[in-house]
Amino acid sequence: MKAAPFEYVRAHDLDHVLQLLAAYGTDAKPIAGGQSLVPMMAMRLARPALIVDINRLDVLSEVTIGPHAVTLGATVRQRDLEDDTALHARLPMLREALRWVGHTQTRNRGTVGGSLAHADPSAELPLAAVVLDATVHLRSEAGGDRTVPASEFFLGPMTAAVAETECLVSIDWPVWDGDGVVCVFDEFAMRHGDFAMASAACQLQLDADGICRRAAIGLGGVDGVPLAFPQLAARLVGHRIDADLARGIAADASAACAPGSDLHAGSDYRRHLGNVLLTRVLLQAGEQRLAA
Amino acid sequence: MAPALITVEITVNGKLRSAAVEPRTTLVDFLRDSLGLTGTHVGCEHGICGACSVLLEGDPIRSCCMFAVQADGMAVTTVEGLAPERGRLSKIQDAFCETHALQCGYCTSGMLIACHALVEHTPQPDEAQIRDAIGGNLCRCTGYQQIVDAVKLGTQPGYTVRADPVKRAATPENTVVPGASNG
Repeated sequence: MKAAPFEYVRAHDLDHVLQLLAAYGTDAKPIAGGQSLVPMMAMRLARPALIVDINRLDVLSEVTIGPHAVTLGATVRQRDLEDDTALHARLPMLREALRWVGHTQTRNRGTVGGSLAHADPSAELPLAAVVLDATVHLRSEAGGDRTVPASEFFLGPMTAAVAETECLVSIDWPVWDGDGVVCVFDEFAMRHGDFAMASAACQLQLDADGICRRAAIGLGGVDGVPLAFPQLAARLVGHRIDADLARGIAADASAACAPGSDLHAGSDYRRHLGNVLLTRVLLQAGEQRLAA
Repeated sequence: MAPALITVEITVNGKLRSAAVEPRTTLVDFLRDSLGLTGTHVGCEHGICGACSVLLEGDPIRSCCMFAVQADGMAVTTVEGLAPERGRLSKIQDAFCETHALQCGYCTSGMLIACHALVEHTPQPDEAQIRDAIGGNLCRCTGYQQIVDAVKLGTQPGYTVRADPVKRAATPENTVVPGASNG
């Protein structure tokens, strides 16, 4: 399982990347961490004629903490996010999601942008992006800058809204101001670190009495793309999180999914898993606030 | 027509090594085929099994998921570079022998890389931390318990490498050593 032959270029700046993508189109692929791309090339599922290495471009690996959002460059390594405690306080969802992302070895190379661009329907960072309503920044030589909200970024399994001449540049992750923000991410996989059969995420802002003031929920692995449920989440606002409320929301969310079937899990089972996991994360989030 | 070869220079186990490779040559194939460092193993070749684990700038990575050209100018440590000096084992390596943490040996180099990296950051890891550190490495022989035990044992304060490993292998207790008396 060796990759088919290709040419390799280490880009010296972002314009260089975009020039090459404009010239080669679908024949060129940027490579960042390579944790998804290289296995695909080894299995010859991907056969780009040209690989453009973007790992050493500082402009793509910056972390910018703004007043209401954190901007992560496309090639920020997953491992660096894990280690950044200042980021955890602002983006607890990323801290919680990263615990489930692959293994130490893959997080040492894997990048945030790469995970989103790869758009695996069971991946954790794409789910976090839709739940938090992140914004993706892309750039191409001809089109310049383009922004896409996460809700429109994932088009289908392994298909993200990145044009063949575009490079993903950065992602803005909204920060929830104030106290009482709790976040729970749970998933079920055959082994820890494997692809999730189903995953659930919630971020809630609970006041001192445990009443929900803001909510965002989502399910992964239960459809062709990660799903957020802003309208269902709105039903949590103004209420304490109790078992009936959590079960009701989770049931409605999982009923709205169209999970696929494979060797590991049939669609009914995935839908059921999604239901159980979302109920669980909602209840755990409610309890976290009580404990805090 | 094959693409032109690219000369890569990578510091491997402290020495600058160089070879001309195709762009598609993975880091693991460069280490094994270009440099003859066959301690790193190729297992699944798609990023699952961990047999190919090496340290890149001190961090464990899957060397089958990186092209050698990407590592140009960087520093790699393989299993051959873990021992403190030639002919001696590291504490973790020695503990692997003590607890029978290897049978066929295929996962072992990757396991040692993962365990060495763990102990660099966390000198006295608990069981959960050890299992997490080796979570990206598959073993078909041991069931993992002896590997966990090896790390616990080798990180105990005062653990000393138990024996000359060459002598240990060459003279098991139940063979007759030429010249020794038999009765």
